[in-house]
Order: sequence, then C-alpha cells, then structure tokens
Amino acid sequence: MQTVLIYAYQIVFAFSIFILISLGLAVIFGMMRVINLAQGEFIMLGAYGCTVITNAGSPLWLSIILAGLIVGAIGVVAERTVIRFLYGRVLDTLLATWGLSLLIVGIVTTVFGPQTESVPQHLGKVTIGDFAIATYSLVMIVIALALLAGTYALWRYTKIGLIVRGTMQNPAMARALGTNTERVYMFTFGFGAMLTGLAGAILVPMFGASPTMGIFYVAKAFITVISGGHLPLLGTMSAAGLYGAIDGLVSYTTVSVLGEIAVLVVAIVLLRLLPQGITGGLRRGL
Amino acid sequence: MKFDRRQFMRKATGALAISSLPGVLSSAGIAAEEPIRVGNILDQTGGLNIYSLKQMKAVAMAVDEINAGGGLLGRPLELFFYDSQSNNQFNSQYATQALLRDKVQVIHGGITSSSREVMRPIVQKFGGLLFYNSLYEGGVCDRRHVCPGMVPAQQLEALIPYVMNELGGKKGYILAADYNYGHITSKWMQKIIRDNGGEDLAVEFFPLDVTNFAPVIARIQEAKPDVVWSALVGGAHIGFYRQFEAAIGKGNMILASSTYGVGREQMELSPQEGDGILIATSFVDSLNTQAAKDFVARFKEYSGEDEYVGEYGEYGYRGTMIWAEAVKKAGDAAPDAVIDALATGEVSFDGAGGLYSVDGKTNHTTMDIHIVKGDANQSFEVIKSFAQQPPKDTQLVCDLHANPNDTTQYEVEIQ
Repeated sequence: MQTVLIYAYQIVFAFSIFILISLGLAVIFGMMRVINLAQGEFIMLGAYGCTVITNAGSPLWLSIILAGLIVGAIGVVAERTVIRFLYGRVLDTLLATWGLSLLIVGIVTTVFGPQTESVPQHLGKVTIGDFAIATYSLVMIVIALALLAGTYALWRYTKIGLIVRGTMQNPAMARALGTNTERVYMFTFGFGAMLTGLAGAILVPMFGASPTMGIFYVAKAFITVISGGHLPLLGTMSAAGLYGAIDGLVSYTTVSVLGEIAVLVVAIVLLRLLPQGITGGLRRGL
Repeated sequence: MKFDRRQFMRKATGALAISSLPGVLSSAGIAAEEPIRVGNILDQTGGLNIYSLKQMKAVAMAVDEINAGGGLLGRPLELFFYDSQSNNQFNSQYATQALLRDKVQVIHGGITSSSREVMRPIVQKFGGLLFYNSLYEGGVCDRRHVCPGMVPAQQLEALIPYVMNELGGKKGYILAADYNYGHITSKWMQKIIRDNGGEDLAVEFFPLDVTNFAPVIARIQEAKPDVVWSALVGGAHIGFYRQFEAAIGKGNMILASSTYGVGREQMELSPQEGDGILIATSFVDSLNTQAAKDFVARFKEYSGEDEYVGEYGEYGYRGTMIWAEAVKKAGDAAPDAVIDALATGEVSFDGAGGLYSVDGKTNHTTMDIHIVKGDANQSFEVIKSFAQQPPKDTQLVCDLHANPNDTTQYEVEIQ
C-alpha cells in the first residue's frame, strides 16, 4: 500500500508540474497558435512577483494570486504592443517573442540582480509509513488540477469560453456575428499569461527564482503542448499525464537523469508515430 | 554591476577593461607606467553566477588595493573582465581573446571544473598562466595552472571522518552534479567513507538544470542513510535543500556538503532550511580572526553591499594576492617567470583565512580548514579547525619539479 502511494505521488506530482508549466502555453500556443518563446520568462515573472510580494509582507497564497494577475496584465501589454501585429506570421512571432524574452531577462536582472531568490513555506510534511513528503507539494498538485479543471470549465461551459473558441476557430465569422475579436485575442493572451505567471508563483517556494530560470521550463512546456496535438486542453492533459507518468516512474525507480531522457525519447517516438499529436485523430473536443 | 571608486575605461567586444581611478594611480605615483594586464573570466550571468558575483568584485578590490599601494614592480594593474555566462563555450572564447588580443599576463577565473578543463589547453597553447580560484576535485598537475582553493584531501578528509565518527553518520547517500566535478568528488566521498569503515548506499548524479528532487527524496527515505552528502552545484540545485527540509528535515537526517555555502546558498534559503547543514571550508565570514573581520569589512565598504561574502568571494582576493606575491618574487610579470617563482614553493600570502602557501611541486595551496555548521542566522558556526592542511591527494600523484611538462588531471581510483 505504502509503495503504491509513493508511486502514485511521484507520478501525480510530475504530472502536476507538467500541467503547471504548460497550461498557459496550451492557451497561448494551443488555442491562439502564437509561438511564445517568452513563456519561460512569464513563469520567471510569476516567480519574482510572488517573491517580491511575499517579502513585502503578504501571505503566500495572496502573493501567488497577485503574481498571477500581474503577469496576466503584463501579458495584455505584450499582446497590445507586440503580439497583435503578428498574428498568423509564425517566424516574425518567433523572433519578436524571443526578443521579448531577452528583454524581460535583462530587465529582471537589472532590477533584482542575477542571484537566485525564493520564499519560504511553512506547511510542514505528511507522513505515509516510512516516507515523509512536503505538504506543499500536495498543495501544488491540488492547485494544478484546479487550474486545469477551471480552465476547462471556463472554455467549455461559459459564454466567454464559447466566444473565445469561436473566435479562435473562425475569426471572420465571429466578427460578422458582432464579436470584438481584438478584445477576445487580448483577453485570451492575458489569460494564458496569467496561468503561466500563477505557475511560476506556485513553483517558487520549492524551486526558487532566478532571471534565467525560464530555460529550465520552456522546452518542456512546448514538448507537452505539441505532443498534445490540436485539442489544446485535452491534448496537454494527456501529454502531461503520459510524460508525468514516465518521468515520475523512471525518475523514482532509477535516477532523475534517466527520467528526463525517457520523456524525451517517448516524445520523439510519439511525434514520429503520431505527427499530429495525441489528439490528432480526434475531431471534436477542447 | 557597480565598481565603486573605479572607472570604466573602455568597452571592447566581450571584455570590460577597468583600471583604478586616475587619482589612485597618481597618488601612488604609477599613473605614467605601462600597466600589467590581468584577466578575469567569471560567470556574471546564468545559473552558475552564484559563485562568481562576489568573486569578480573581490578580484577588482585586490587589484585596486595593489594599485593604491604602489602597484606591482612599480607598474599599475589593469583588469579585463569577461562574462562567461555560465557557458563553457565563452570560457574558451574569452581565454583565447584575453591571451591573444588583450595580452593579459594572468587569467584568474573559471568556476566549474568543466570550464577549467576548457581553458587549460588554451592557456597551455599560448603560454599563459591560469589561477583557478575555486575548490575542486583535485589532481590537476599542470605548471600553468594554480589552485588557491580546497581539494578533497583538505575538505572531505576533514569533514567525512568528523561526520562519521563524532555524529555517527556511517551510512551515506551521495548526490552530485552531473559533470566532472561531481563524478570525481563523489568517488572521493565513496573512498573516504569506505576508508573510515562506513558504507555508501548510493551515488546519484543530477544535470545542472534539475529542479524537481521529489523522486530522489523518496529514494533517500527508502534507503534510510544516516547522512546525505551533497556535491550539488548551481542555482537550480539550491531547490534540493528546500525540498529536503520540507520532506525529510535535518532533525531526522544529517545533511553535509562539499559545495553548500560557497555559492552563498544560505542567503537564498530561509534560516531553518540552512540551519544545521555541515560543510568544511577555508573561509566563512564568521571566522573569529582579525584578518577575516578586516577582509569582510573592507569588502563590504568596497562593494557597497552589506551581506555575506563567503568563500568564493575570498578566493578571488586570495588568488589575486597570491599571484601578486609570485610576481614580486619573480621580479617580472611574464607568465613563465611567475611560474618559476611559484615552483620554488616559497610563495605565500597571509590572508583573510590564515596563511596560504603554494606547494611548488603541485601549484596547489596549503591552508587552514574549518568544519562549520549552518546556523539559524543564515551564517556559519565554526565547530572544529585544522591548521595548515596540505593538498595531499594531488601531492601523491603530481611532481612538477620532476615532470614540468605534465598536464594530466589524475583521478582517484576506488575498488
């Protein structure tokens, strides 16, 4: 029983990390088709936001929410000033967001200095037989699942979600039906940035924040969303589940390096066999 | 970055040439002389900069102090700084540039063992001199390479027997960074643990970008060691100390390290995350000597930063001053003359952590070693000190007097 629980914990924890780092990208790239190379930097901004707000005396949970909102606002600004001129221009978006990522790293390094920062958490630990695990990692799992479920519900069951999906599917038709698609794009990009910022803020008590931390996450986020295929949420969820299970199992039974290698090998094989991603064969869904 | 009391003279591609303020040079009477060029290649940016940020300022401070005191051989020093950006490719590019274009007489720098191994052949090829101001796995036998920092015979042979015999940490679980430093250091850990009658349960390596340590923390709890030995490196790995405290806790298991603290990790962790971690060191700010207090006070004034300085900061000052002593002894700043002076075994510098003397046969350094423990004030408490420990491991395999052309890095063998 104890062994089963530990295996389950490893898998679910790895799954939630994949979900946290790729959910925002599932919206920005999966739905909007914007190749946002500044995704890692949005995570980093969330981490710094959380650190700064917590150091100013705010409780951790409030800092996480505020950091998410701030990064969402930054996302809106980025969309208005850069991204909106480049919809549909893949290469230009690639260059512009890469430039954006360098700019953000530069600004954060100048303001906060290049050293690592973090915030403490005081949630203690939970014991399962001989094993103790950090309570905070369970909180991370719960938040990751809640964000996934919340995003799914928002897109699937609300009117806003319907309008957003309609706009992404056929912007001309949405405009003809009286939707202000400009605002929908802005809102959706901001929402994706907010999810990404929240992820960074949630990760910071365990993983720390530094200006160049984005590169630790951006590749994994893209691999997850791309492997997921054209249904952004279902795809990202199934890819995160697959990679989380592999990473959790292999990292726990062997060593962490092999876990990372196994994920990459599976990603290569998967995209060779299913070039359209996991959900490539599904016609409907989200 | 801020260099107080300094002036940026020139910004060439890749290098930042910095000299002391004209006032310093003219009051020392050396403004008109041809400067001696000193290169410093460190990671100002990227995941490894936690080791470099203080060191680069400490090198600048040493250069400034030397200039204010009349320079070297009546000539001022001019410092060329290169940011290797935590990427070995830049170490090779800038080492070449420093030696060929900027014509420096000495390169100080390199943080990781991999960056050192990238630079050594270049320094060899162009007849330069490299001061590797870092602790490392030992065994480099090369007359163009000088190491003012600790090697395993100094650091681990003090720490491991202490943890095993006085704290009962017989069974060890080793975690190390996945490159040459971690691989060779973990072998030293295994050897010293076994030599002292203990057991090494497992050795695991982590690439420098790993941040999630949940799997290994579960494996550690399964293996039930008395002590976890960490040779983890860089900003991403700091997460291990957080995650260890959040799940296992130092109240339940000893945590000792060959790398903790030298990157000022305790400043980036909460007080309780750093409290109780054991290390062996040649310098911490809290050493109770006048020399250490003076150094820390001078550094804080110079850098304008009122925070922990630590071992790697002190290494920058130590390395520059040892080099300066060797130049004085040689009466010449040219690399080959300085190397001959170092080979006499008579070059030493009385610094912040006590006397540092360079062993002429190995170009490694004899120094005082202290076992210290992280405390709840994000500082270190000195537990036990060992005076003037020689770099025995490297001395066993290296004799530059007998084989001046040796450039091998000898590695430890374990059965």
